[in-house]
Amino acid sequence: MSVDAATVRKIANLARIAVSDAEADALVPELNTILGFVEQLGEVDTSGVAPLSAVIPNHLRMREDVVTDGGIRDAVLANAPQAEHGFFAVPKVIE
Amino acid sequence: MTTETASSYRIQGATGEWEVVIGLEVHAQITSNAKLFSGASTAFGAEPNTQVSLVDAAMPGMLPVLNKECIRQAVRTGLALGAEINRVSRFDRKNYFYADLPQGYQISQLYHPLVGEGSIPIEPDAKDGPGEAKLVGVERIHVEQDAGKLMHDQHPTRSYVDLNRSGVALMEIVSRPDMRSPAEAGAYLRKLRSILRYVGSCDGNMEQGSMRADVNVSVRRPGEPFGTRTETKNVNSVRFVMAAIEQEANRQVDVLEAGGRVVQETRLYDPDRGEGRSMRSKEDAHDYRYFPDPDLLPLELSEAFIAECEASLPELPDDKRARYEGPLGLPAYNAAVITADVETARWFEALLDATGKPETMAKAASNWLISDLFGALNRLGKGIGESPVSPAQGAELLNLVADGTLSGTLAKQVFEIMLETGDDPSKIVEERGLKQTSDTGAIEAIIAQVMEANADKVAEYRGGKDKLFGFFVGQTMKAMGGKANPAVVNELLKKALG
Amino acid sequence: MTNLTDLGVAALRDGFRKGDFSAREVADAFNAAVASAKALNAFIVDTPDHAIAAAEAADRARASGEFAALSGVPLGIKDLFCTAGVQTTAASHILEGFTPTYESTVTAKLFAAGAGMLGKLNMDQFAMGSSNETSAFGNVVSPWRRSDGGNAPLAPGGSSGGSSAAVAARIAPGATGTDTGGSIRQPAAFTGISGIKPTYGRCSRWGIVAFASSLDQAGPMARDVRDCAILLEAMSGFDPKDSTSLDVSVPRWEAGLSGDLTGKRIGIPKEYRVEGMPSEIEALWDKGIAFMRDAGAEIVEVSLPHTRYALPAYYIIAPAEASSNLARYDGVRYGLRDLPDGGNLADMYSATRADGFGKEVRRRILIGTYVLSAGYYDAYYTKAQQVRTLIARDFEQAWQSCDLLLTPTAPSAAFALGEKTADPLAMYLNDVFTVPASLAGLPAMSVPAGLDGQGLPLGLQLIGRPLDEQGVLNAGLAIEERAGFSARPGQWW
Ligand SMILES: [Mg+2]
Ligand SMILES: [Zn+2]
Repeated sequence: MSVDAATVRKIANLARIAVSDAEADALVPELNTILGFVEQLGEVDTSGVAPLSAVIPNHLRMREDVVTDGGIRDAVLANAPQAEHGFFAVPKVIE
Repeated sequence: MTTETASSYRIQGATGEWEVVIGLEVHAQITSNAKLFSGASTAFGAEPNTQVSLVDAAMPGMLPVLNKECIRQAVRTGLALGAEINRVSRFDRKNYFYADLPQGYQISQLYHPLVGEGSIPIEPDAKDGPGEAKLVGVERIHVEQDAGKLMHDQHPTRSYVDLNRSGVALMEIVSRPDMRSPAEAGAYLRKLRSILRYVGSCDGNMEQGSMRADVNVSVRRPGEPFGTRTETKNVNSVRFVMAAIEQEANRQVDVLEAGGRVVQETRLYDPDRGEGRSMRSKEDAHDYRYFPDPDLLPLELSEAFIAECEASLPELPDDKRARYEGPLGLPAYNAAVITADVETARWFEALLDATGKPETMAKAASNWLISDLFGALNRLGKGIGESPVSPAQGAELLNLVADGTLSGTLAKQVFEIMLETGDDPSKIVEERGLKQTSDTGAIEAIIAQVMEANADKVAEYRGGKDKLFGFFVGQTMKAMGGKANPAVVNELLKKALG
Repeated sequence: MTNLTDLGVAALRDGFRKGDFSAREVADAFNAAVASAKALNAFIVDTPDHAIAAAEAADRARASGEFAALSGVPLGIKDLFCTAGVQTTAASHILEGFTPTYESTVTAKLFAAGAGMLGKLNMDQFAMGSSNETSAFGNVVSPWRRSDGGNAPLAPGGSSGGSSAAVAARIAPGATGTDTGGSIRQPAAFTGISGIKPTYGRCSRWGIVAFASSLDQAGPMARDVRDCAILLEAMSGFDPKDSTSLDVSVPRWEAGLSGDLTGKRIGIPKEYRVEGMPSEIEALWDKGIAFMRDAGAEIVEVSLPHTRYALPAYYIIAPAEASSNLARYDGVRYGLRDLPDGGNLADMYSATRADGFGKEVRRRILIGTYVLSAGYYDAYYTKAQQVRTLIARDFEQAWQSCDLLLTPTAPSAAFALGEKTADPLAMYLNDVFTVPASLAGLPAMSVPAGLDGQGLPLGLQLIGRPLDEQGVLNAGLAIEERAGFSARPGQWW
């Protein structure tokens, strides 16, 4: 599988990264080199092999249903590029 | 019951009949103190961003830790629907960008949901139009995070983001496309809501957004394969779901009959205008890139955990209804009405317990609850949870009727005073002298007075005008301020009139 | 009096306890060393006050006879660790100015153990890189120079290149690093220091800016094996805030150190003898084998048949996870916001992320987005995770016949800055020996074992069974004791 400039632009849009046409063109061979490299995996017979799900055998712990957090609005908003009236502010979204 | 019955609901198009196929995806907020992956509170209505942890705000380096109660409640819900509980499930990331989604992904379950196949028996209400009693399949229940909230009307050029809801636990309950009419969809939602409230896994409060439905609708010629469906998002009342289905099904029929094609799309329903519209703008390049969340491990449930969930389940609405109709001997209508909502059923059972004689009092208690109490609550605009009369007080009133202290008429009077004052019925009876009398001497004296004052009518009665008997009963009761035992009055009057 | 910056972690700790010097004197000495080493560009932010405050607290505690494990020891902290009140950027423009209100679990543990912070160490942006050339704050320059007199600035390795450079240049006695595919071990090897990546789950990831969650592990970088053991003890431990944290106790690794490998079987994986491996690396490896024998170990040849697929699997899994982990940098809640005139929310996202992420980060996000996208998921991501299972099985198989594995750490000595930037793939190949242990979550360490013909350090890697950090450290110590590695870069900065 390989990508073309249109695919690069589509992926970039999915990833919300602006790319100029020139950048998209330049990315085509770069990404294809990497994709070509990773596609070596096609040589490996993985039939019947489960994908790795836990790096070190371990199972998911669960915590108790207790309120231990929150009430820290100042910390939550401390680094906000734009915060007003206790909210984060963003350019108006038309739904 | 599982076999598909032909629904009588049809849309009459210009070119013939159309059948409607409906599936529902219900998002139900899981009842919990804290969020699914953080320790912030889930309480409704707090100041913006005050119930937000650094995890919910997706600060760099923050990690999710699963809330056991949320899993427990979802498992209990699955068991209540007779569903398979998957011993191993996983959380996946659903990746997309939106201002109410701080992580840039929603932690959900796509590949390995917590709960598998189950079902819900429904009985559509004839008032809602045609529909069949049937078993609606539930395909799966998965657990996921809610998003935050965007406010658009507080600033001319900005939207505001409140993350209080961000990370609140939801169950997504996905039905099979088994419904064939708005009435069936309405019945499904009501029944699901009823079960969730019995189980205690969701408060079912649609106004506060605790339950909302994505409505999948398609139409087809009866007997043909499924047509292309549309998904109407986030409909937040039973009535609107039914209206949205009707509207959307008719729209699709119009499109098809005009020679067009139904486009698979996401839609919004506007209940004020009674119409839907496409959300195509939001669909651009939606490719969620699901993959297992590497911050979380596979969730493995022990048999002991599942056994505890099972053991903690209450009697469910259908079982309760069967018991009320059977051993308890309630009329079918009463049993259905009382068991429809868990709060009513609980109130009723507390009432029965308080009478001390649940077996003999059940029917009278159910009648009183449905007519007198519901009538009063309706007038007051209150739910049963806000009833000014407690189950113990209701039981006392019923017992006063049963032991002959109060007549039915007196009981109604006493009940009105209870609603106003909140006093116990015995206190009201005592203080206001509303006790029914069976004192034959006193009643006979009044009867004698009534007969004397109405000598002409006595003569007519004795001349064969039997209908006048009711007149004498009324006069006697009136003269006794309604407090005479009607049975005693009847008996003594018959004797006196000969 | 000794030059305090010549001392490592253990020597500083012990000297402080004995009363040879005060913690304040140590902090002052290292703060001055940091200030005079700007040419290395090892730090993004200096925090002399933090180091001094910790030192003064240690001095006060010493007056009442109290010592914590790291009292008197100042450290450099990789800028991937969130530090309360101190800018944390992951060496990116998108997080420039971001000041966490919280402290990562690992740094909190280090500070609770008495350590102070000299500053936030430069690194490859979001830990993506093997040369420290992807930082938004400029390259880190290795303190080492080739003996050819050419003075070409060399890469300190990456992504923990600020950490490796600072420890090698003796402007920090020890540093934190993180390792996703080799980011502790490869820079340690390039700069002649030691570094250990513990078993996945030993160190909490809470508060560390995520790159690839299933691979990221913190670990120490220091001058020798003992210093690594001391630091790792302080950094490790169960953290209920990290669901992948291992709920196991932390062994007393320092106390357990022994270079006697009698009874140990050391596996030599034949697949690591890759084509075109420089003869110097080969010779170093043979030397390491001899050291192991000398320490009493038995050498066995083992096979890890899927080794060559580790790197391709890694370059699917790591970018995939990164593409999702880095979605939160969107200009809404913190960090950079770029809003083009008249732009909407989507324009803000795209501009912010285009401007805020460096080229390599953008490239990996795009690769990750592509391999997860509809229709490609199974072919790439599922396949890579299946191969990962096979790689993990290879190791399990190997443990049937050996206790530890010995390999070179990197396929070459440090290269010059700029030498590999044009070819991402050539850069990726640097991690060929380190990535397999990362994919399997195994503890692995690099120790310096010799110099190449240009006088540049070379490292050997030890890989152990899950949770056998002790075995890895002991084998590392056995090499250290025999290699007698004492070279250090001349001070040109
Ligand atoms: Mg949906
Ligand atoms: Zn959902």
